[in-house]
Amino acid sequence: MRKNIRFLSGLLLAFVIPCLLLSSCKPKDSDIQAAIEAKKKDMPEMAGITVMVSGGVVTLSGEYKDETSKADCEAAVKGIKGVKNIIDNTTITPPPAAVAPVTIAADDALTKGVSDATKDYPTVKAAVKDGIVTLTGEIKRADLTKLMMSLHTLQPKKIDNQLTIK
Amino acid sequence: MALQEKYKELLDTAKTLGIANLQVREQDNVLYIDGEAPTGTAKDQLWAVYGKLDPDFRTGDVVMNINVSSMAPGGKAIVTTESSNLNIRKGPGTDQPIVGKAAHNEVVTLVSKTNDQWWLIRTDGGAEGYAFAQYLSPQNT
Repeated sequence: MRKNIRFLSGLLLAFVIPCLLLSSCKPKDSDIQAAIEAKKKDMPEMAGITVMVSGGVVTLSGEYKDETSKADCEAAVKGIKGVKNIIDNTTITPPPAAVAPVTIAADDALTKGVSDATKDYPTVKAAVKDGIVTLTGEIKRADLTKLMMSLHTLQPKKIDNQLTIK
Repeated sequence: MALQEKYKELLDTAKTLGIANLQVREQDNVLYIDGEAPTGTAKDQLWAVYGKLDPDFRTGDVVMNINVSSMAPGGKAIVTTESSNLNIRKGPGTDQPIVGKAAHNEVVTLVSKTNDQWWLIRTDGGAEGYAFAQYLSPQNT
């Protein structure tokens, strides 16, 4: 038993300790790179990230879709044997700018605007309900675009054109 | 996104014509296009493309609110009624009393814009009041 321990400590002194001092025993940069590339295959959030390894220092660049992906990927890279440090040059894709909802005029204002716009076209009848302008009656083809241009500035929800065009 | 596909030519034309503050939104199956055209001609061109893609504007799946940016306070506009005089009213609304008239093709001064329908204008004769924007066109076109 005692002999065994001696033997093991001898082994430790003879091989393991010198080995720790020699860089050749540590995982090589190429091994780290390969390990990260392998991880990349399992982690779709890492797809847009470029990896460079130099002396055990991993430089990450590219774009993550969000903070969670970034944290997950960094944790995965840190967990790889031989990685000493991570230089993070990545960015996070900004979320798309929130689109303001379309402003729809209230029926009162819309009704007034529609009556102004259709005043010069006595054959055109217009009804407004819930932001929808319904046009019935008749109009001359030459006047149609002009009337439409005018109605479209009133912020209606929709224009339902049932006009008979002469 | 289907509507943006259908009206792709319209949206492309808007970009080509240099429509400022162009905003394209799709909501409840209606495509809302807002922006400012540099000239009245550009606005007309845009409407021509819209009329081609949706003949007679029957589908009702677009609301295109395009103003002409050259129509600015202090600028001049031409009265583009069909042939009659343009009513100048005391307030912005056809229920308002008429305080003056501007002749067909007369050039008037734009004082201020009340909304997309009404402009406060002044004629060279000194009459001042509100006129319906539909009958005012930028002078340069």
